[in-house]
Amino acid sequence: MKARVHVMLKKGVLDPQGEAVRHALGAMGFDGVQGVRQGKVIELDLADDATQADVERMCEKLLANTVIESYSVEMS
Amino acid sequence: MRAAVVVFPGSNCDRDLAVAFERAGADVTMVWHKDSALPTGIDIVGVPGGFSYGDYLRCGAIAANSPICKSVAAHAERGGYVMGICNGFQVLTETGLLPGALLRNAELKYICKTVGLRVETSASDFTAGYNAGDVIDIPIAHHDGNYFADPSTLAQLRDEDRIAFTYTENPNGAQADIAGILSPNRRVLGMMPHPERAADAGHGGTDGAALFRALTNALTTA
Repeated sequence: MKARVHVMLKKGVLDPQGEAVRHALGAMGFDGVQGVRQGKVIELDLADDATQADVERMCEKLLANTVIESYSVEMS
Repeated sequence: MRAAVVVFPGSNCDRDLAVAFERAGADVTMVWHKDSALPTGIDIVGVPGGFSYGDYLRCGAIAANSPICKSVAAHAERGGYVMGICNGFQVLTETGLLPGALLRNAELKYICKTVGLRVETSASDFTAGYNAGDVIDIPIAHHDGNYFADPSTLAQLRDEDRIAFTYTENPNGAQADIAGILSPNRRVLGMMPHPERAADAGHGGTDGAALFRALTNALTTA
């Protein structure tokens, strides 16, 4: 069982790194990039009986800081 | 006063903090992150600055889940004193002992310089050695010191007089210029600036020494 966790800063939380990337893209001539948000992808190798709820608990306790970040989980 | 200073892999202000406590008259014990219990009779736990666990995942996140941090949280819940400086502040927000989070500096740069701090309240055993409104010079050294909290948390911090220090010139984008905050019982302080680096004439400034003296006064007579 594998899980892929996406962690992003919540809407409304300024992402200065994303903004810096947006500026750099504009300076390189990539026009029309109106917003960039930068996040993290965390891949987990899990036991076969692991559930999405298990991974969500991991997100709540460690992988994301829900004060500032939201997360989503894909199981495969 | 008996103080414990927690040492994580990557802490680098632990000895400075221990010296600042000792100069103020405290007995100091260093505590390793793998220890599961604090020594008995500890009045205050210092969570020092540095780069615990290499800042992996998020600053302070892995430290907040280390064995010793469970004991630090239990100490705070019993009404014990805890002081987190810089990375220690990040650890305390990650444990939930203090609200909010520390984001990357708005200008994306690591900033290392002495800044002006306004003492917002003298109503705590950390800040009783200052007068509200005093401006003190204390160094900062951080990449992730941009304090964030949702509007209702910010309003609560203001209403409960729990903002300990603000920057006179905001260096990092922190909301409401916040440099340090207190817990509801005013016994847990988190701050990004480093008072232990302004506690001896050799540091080039001694404005931080009053914080350690005030703590010793409060906790020695208690």
